[in-house]
Amino acid sequence: MAAISREEVAHLARLSRLAVTDQEIDLFAGQLDVILQAVARVGEVVAEDIPPTSHSVPLTNVLRDDVVQPCLTPEEALAGAPDAEEGRFRVPRILEEEA
Amino acid sequence: MSDVFHLTATEIAARDASGDASATEITQAHLDRIAAVDDRVHAFLHVDAEGALAAATAVDERRAAGEELGPLAGVPIAVKDIVATKGVPSTAASKILEGWRPPYDATIVTRMREAGLVMLGKTNLDEFAMGSSTEYSAYGPTFNPWDLSRIPGGSGGGSAAALAAYEAPLAVGTDTGGSIRQPAAVTGTVGAKPTYGGTSRYGLIAFSSSLDTPGPCARTVEDAALLHAVLAGHDPRDSTSIPQPVPDVVGAARRGASGDLTGVKLGLVREFSGEGAEPGVMAAFHDAVDALTKLGAEVVEVSCPHFEYALPAYYLIAPSECSSNLARFDGVRYGLRVGDDGAKSLEEVMSLTRESGFGPEVKRRIMIGTYALSSGYYDAYYGQAQKVRTLITRDFTSAFEQVDVLISPTTPFVAFPLGARTADPYQMYLADLYTIPVNLYGGPGISVPCGLSEGLPVGLQIAAPTLADDRMYRVAAALESAIGTLTPGELS
Amino acid sequence: MTVTLPPYEDVVARYEPVIGLETHVELGTNTKMFCGCPTDFGGQPNTRICPVCLGLPGSLPVANKAAIEATIRIGLALNCTIATWCRFARKNYFYPDMPKNYQISQYDEPLCTDGWLDVEVDGELVRIGIERVHLEEDTGKTLHVGGATGRIHGATESLVDYNRAGIPLVEIVTKPIPGTGALAPVVARAYVTELRDVIRSLDVSDVRMEQGSLRCDVNTSLNLPGHEWGTRTETKNVNSLRSVERAVRSEIIRQASVLDAGGRIVQETRHFHEDTGDTTSGRSKETATDYRYFPEPDLVPLAPDAEWVSTLKAGLPELPRLHRKRLQAEWGLSDLDMQSVVNAGAVELIEQTIAAGTTPEGARKWWLGELARRANEAGIELAAVGATPAHVAELQRLVDEGKLNDKLARAVLEGVVAGEGAPTEIMTARGLGVVSDTGALTAAVDEAIAANPDVAEKIREGKVAAAGVLVGAVMKATRGQADAKTVRELIIARLS
Ligand SMILES: [Zn+2]
Repeated sequence: MAAISREEVAHLARLSRLAVTDQEIDLFAGQLDVILQAVARVGEVVAEDIPPTSHSVPLTNVLRDDVVQPCLTPEEALAGAPDAEEGRFRVPRILEEEA
Repeated sequence: MSDVFHLTATEIAARDASGDASATEITQAHLDRIAAVDDRVHAFLHVDAEGALAAATAVDERRAAGEELGPLAGVPIAVKDIVATKGVPSTAASKILEGWRPPYDATIVTRMREAGLVMLGKTNLDEFAMGSSTEYSAYGPTFNPWDLSRIPGGSGGGSAAALAAYEAPLAVGTDTGGSIRQPAAVTGTVGAKPTYGGTSRYGLIAFSSSLDTPGPCARTVEDAALLHAVLAGHDPRDSTSIPQPVPDVVGAARRGASGDLTGVKLGLVREFSGEGAEPGVMAAFHDAVDALTKLGAEVVEVSCPHFEYALPAYYLIAPSECSSNLARFDGVRYGLRVGDDGAKSLEEVMSLTRESGFGPEVKRRIMIGTYALSSGYYDAYYGQAQKVRTLITRDFTSAFEQVDVLISPTTPFVAFPLGARTADPYQMYLADLYTIPVNLYGGPGISVPCGLSEGLPVGLQIAAPTLADDRMYRVAAALESAIGTLTPGELS
Repeated sequence: MTVTLPPYEDVVARYEPVIGLETHVELGTNTKMFCGCPTDFGGQPNTRICPVCLGLPGSLPVANKAAIEATIRIGLALNCTIATWCRFARKNYFYPDMPKNYQISQYDEPLCTDGWLDVEVDGELVRIGIERVHLEEDTGKTLHVGGATGRIHGATESLVDYNRAGIPLVEIVTKPIPGTGALAPVVARAYVTELRDVIRSLDVSDVRMEQGSLRCDVNTSLNLPGHEWGTRTETKNVNSLRSVERAVRSEIIRQASVLDAGGRIVQETRHFHEDTGDTTSGRSKETATDYRYFPEPDLVPLAPDAEWVSTLKAGLPELPRLHRKRLQAEWGLSDLDMQSVVNAGAVELIEQTIAAGTTPEGARKWWLGELARRANEAGIELAAVGATPAHVAELQRLVDEGKLNDKLARAVLEGVVAGEGAPTEIMTARGLGVVSDTGALTAAVDEAIAANPDVAEKIREGKVAAAGVLVGAVMKATRGQADAKTVRELIIARLS
């Protein structure tokens, strides 16, 4: 049985903000299925009492003093912008409300 | 071999220091070499001739003024294009960042510049470092100087190929699952992944934050160690940077070059004893192990039972982190924007931008990661992978109670022909079978040439405990002293 | 469709409300949460940004120590347990005001958990449970262009300024608050007021709702007595203490009218409108967004040790409720009097006015009298009325020195509230000072005597009490600016 359906791939693409084509969905559905079946092998390991590792360095409390550092100039900040207006980054109309 | 571009970094530095050659001459020789061969190798995405010559001139002037310069001052270097370089295009080999010029330098670039290294340009890679062959670059593949019909490894194929093609004596790479070591192995060069946290990630365009590690690429172990010493060290801009002195990797490399490994215990991982590897690779590896034994090393078999789960765990953790890291590429603040025709909404424009800006492998990983982090699947996938990560770390810890370093082939196979593994993404993933456990653990690993199989280079990987980067350099230099460096045929 | 809403008293007689509050506080640190950019306001757009808070590829966050300490102090002041080990997490969603398209926040490992805050409502203490206090980064600001009134709907494009992006934001979440009945709106307001005072006393934020450094979301649900709690809504855009109370009240009434009509409450975000006092529907939360939280790999865990926490605890100031108890004793007020001071939001104002040199009685008289009346009429907070403690102290000093009488002082205060300047300036500019110069008054007194011969005669005969009529006449002639005492003395001197 497939680990992932065509619909799920379409859903993942939406969540990931990828306007995938129908052909891509077909292609990815097959490929992601192979990958997910392979990576699902992590489930074979008995690890109930094992703590997860999110960081491999044993550091804690890495903090910065509250001291102001130089900022970018507005020119530098906006230099890479695809579109800017009045010193701000311009984007097309937004459909969804803020989360 | 009398050309300047055949010199190692150590040799160039000696010539510079003695006044036999100027940094400008050396740099020009490498720029000429790039101009002569890179249309066939395609190691570079961007050559910054102007910047390189300016930097070289500055070194020459400082030297003329009697300034005390570092051991690599005036040596040219190539930088993987996933590293942010101020004012110089930094694309991560992705269309989504085409033309982006960062307003800042990565910490390792700052260190490089301060050490007087001369940046020649930016090298090719698999898009966002996701791949094992450099075929996933949005700007076309890099070709292996040993055989231009074959891949140079990945993701740092550009940096490795630049070394093998004598376009640069040194290069910077990044290693998330093997992206420094695996290309080094298949191009007959040396590549080291330092301890995670030993080299700063600030300015590395992130792929998988808990795994990404920048490190040195070179043609000799000593050169790699010299560059390692420049790149490494605590960086307050990177919270995961280790606030401890850098181990004396250069000293260790020079000690190892004497060829004495008496008292050193090498661990052979039982689980990596050859299943799935090409016989030629295993043969070269075993010959190298014999050579190391002759240098006085003791070989002990150790078991790392969870290593077989490293690949699945990695292909959950790395895509999960990448799905989040790559969310910022949305066509709002920098990079590509597609579909903004005045009628489409932001949401549509974002989706179209990402759709056309990312290649298929990046999209696959973003979707896998999105899946693995979803609320219904988190525990079974991402959460479980992190537990496996703990078990793999424990395997390393207990192995290092028995031996000083672990050795294995770097890759299961030699450089494969272009196109051989692109149809089946998972087949491509297998190239990193032996390198990935080291990333999950966070320790250092190095790949050194150990022989040929079917006329193509084979690499041997040496993994050491975290913060014991010096140990792997010692063993690597000893092996190099026994086997010598590998030299490809001249590019015709 | 017009719906007749049921009266509030009727609703709370039949339904039991459960409320909950999520409060966001922008910390007043010098720099942002994860970079060294300044947090000051008023700069041109996109001038307070760097690679980190602009989310440039390759940049990395480093946590601000002052923000961590401020959060722990808030947690301690709210009687929370401070985590001995916790991590930041990434909250993933796409929105253009978020430079990385994820927010660095905390998820299942908040820095502070399980505390409480006692608030006084009608002289009774109500203990509000605190679920969690955590730290996150603020978003940028989006300007919607082309639509009506800057709203997102109808806009043709939006412009983004990231100056605010990355400013440290503390989120304080209460446990659900049941059992407050008809007082639910008042309790909500009292909680936010007390929380604001606590945070202000810690000196970690200026906690000004009107400027957005204190933001409040109100959760409300209704249930029939003896039944399970109802579906809750989350009301946003509640920008003043008064609005907190109004929002809860109007949402209680709205939900009741839906339930009365046999409808069901939809779990959703609602927006409060200051002008109408209503809430309107926002985004439905029925299909919950999957934020795909995971531990932030770019930041290492926080592990506040006992010594660090106890040092911070030792440095906590006297908290507002205890502080108020002490002030009440110092000022010699009854519980009832103190309560009216608290209810008027005047504690700190009076305290500062006294510090500026006024007696407790003098300070209280102005803030609870004239100024409270004006704030009430304008529907604003007392602190926003336009007069400062320094103004009030100056005003009272002028009265004490005899330069203003009560009536003139009120006129001067009117000028202060209108923004005309400090009391002395206004007194001079408007010519409102008391005239006590005898030369100038003699003429007016003589006129009054001439105009009222009968009264003058009575005074000459020793009926001094009749002098009041002449004083009144002089006061009228000098438009109230004469010093009544001096006038009286002059009259008696003239007629004896
Ligand atoms: Zn910043």
